[in-house]
Amino acid sequence: MSGIAGSARPGLGHGLKLQWEPAQDAHVLLFPEGMVKLNGSAGAIMSRCDGLRTVAEIVADLERAYGATGLAPDVEAFLALALQKRWLELRE
Amino acid sequence: MSLLPPLGAGLDAPGALPAQPARTPGPPLWLLLELTYRCPLHCVFCYNPTDFAGTGAELSTEDWRRVLREARALGAVQLGLSGGEPLAREDLEELVAEAHGLGFYINLITSGVGLSEARIAALKNAGLDHIQLSFQDSSREMNDFLSSTRTFDLKAQVAALIRKYDYPMVLNVVLHRHNIDHVGAILEMAERMGAQYVELANTQYYGWAWLNREQLLPSRAQLARAEAVTQAFRARVGNRMQVYFVVPDYFEVRPKACMSGLGSVFLAVAPDGTAMPCHAARMLPGLELPSVRTASVREIWYDSAAFNRFRGEQWMKEPCASCPERDKDHGGCRCQAYLLTGDAANADPVCDKSPYHHLVTAAVARAEQAVAAAGGAAGAQALRFRDHRISIPVVPETPAARR
Repeated sequence: MSGIAGSARPGLGHGLKLQWEPAQDAHVLLFPEGMVKLNGSAGAIMSRCDGLRTVAEIVADLERAYGATGLAPDVEAFLALALQKRWLELRE
Repeated sequence: MSLLPPLGAGLDAPGALPAQPARTPGPPLWLLLELTYRCPLHCVFCYNPTDFAGTGAELSTEDWRRVLREARALGAVQLGLSGGEPLAREDLEELVAEAHGLGFYINLITSGVGLSEARIAALKNAGLDHIQLSFQDSSREMNDFLSSTRTFDLKAQVAALIRKYDYPMVLNVVLHRHNIDHVGAILEMAERMGAQYVELANTQYYGWAWLNREQLLPSRAQLARAEAVTQAFRARVGNRMQVYFVVPDYFEVRPKACMSGLGSVFLAVAPDGTAMPCHAARMLPGLELPSVRTASVREIWYDSAAFNRFRGEQWMKEPCASCPERDKDHGGCRCQAYLLTGDAANADPVCDKSPYHHLVTAAVARAEQAVAAAGGAAGAQALRFRDHRISIPVVPETPAARR
């Protein structure tokens, strides 16, 4: 289990930038001297992590946008990875 | 400044897409602008050309702005502003503002000399994303000796300013025989300064570092100790600090995938406008490097002979041409192949399949002897400090007359 509370508000890590790059047809995460090209689902999750929305709200929004249900485990697994890599940090 | 950026860092991370195949070149995702060769420091390991004193005038502000616009239009997104010391350019803030407006992620690679509070505030205001600050060692004495300046206290003040203005802080320390035993103290210094990232970059032997290689290459025991200290430090601090340890490739048996392959993702522009597929490429003979003064970035990247010269595999010789690992390392570093063998199309001699690999192991053996003879604290009287008053042509170790 990831152990991330549904009420947590993930936001981008300190000094990171996330933007859509047409030349790469992808969301790209930019940080000091590094760059990660995100796949579609990672981009969809990360672009909703604005430090304002809760994990539960992000999951609900994704399920609405993609007409899917039961996304919470996948989203939480990705968030756990992104937190561990410091792409994201949790805000209260 | 002296670090080859860790290209492709994170590109293979989970959640990321695999890198594009090299067949049709993708965009120049990484743009490095070496704004000036002027620098107040005299570092013995600088990768700048040893004959930089003879290069032409620096590009104008308007030239650099055009390069930024053209490169961004092609898809460049990571921008390094380096040199020399980029703060020597009075238009730095203006260039940062232009780059920020275009959507670049902007890294300033600096010695910190010239970074007053007024300038750091102006750079923040202009949209600078991050500052990489170099230190030469953990102590005032060694830092100042290795840079041939009195700059340690100033750098410590700059580190405090970087934190005050809420930039992510990256400390970069180039490692070599004379400071590699201080890695523990260097990491503790970085921790005290509040660094988020630390790059312990073992010297790569180009430019002034190549001239000083016999005095800079560490011993295998020094390297092993430094790696063990780094591991222990990482275990203690967890993911609070990211510590990169760039291994010196002379101790390897397979070469690094230099620049992820020349002409694959990286484009550097020298102070005089010379465009290069890697920082060190201007020493390669026969590579007619284009200039942004006379060609667009698009023409340079996609059409110029220099940028196509080492793309793909057509240029490879044996043992690379039939090597099952050629996709992985692209034959290693062209500049190192030239410096050691006299032919840039040879396999990087770091590879133990190269017929010239003995040149690498012999250099390491000489380093072992030198360190042993000096009891670990090697003498440094023969070091050649970077200086604009002297211009030294680079000579390869083995002239390629036979090939």
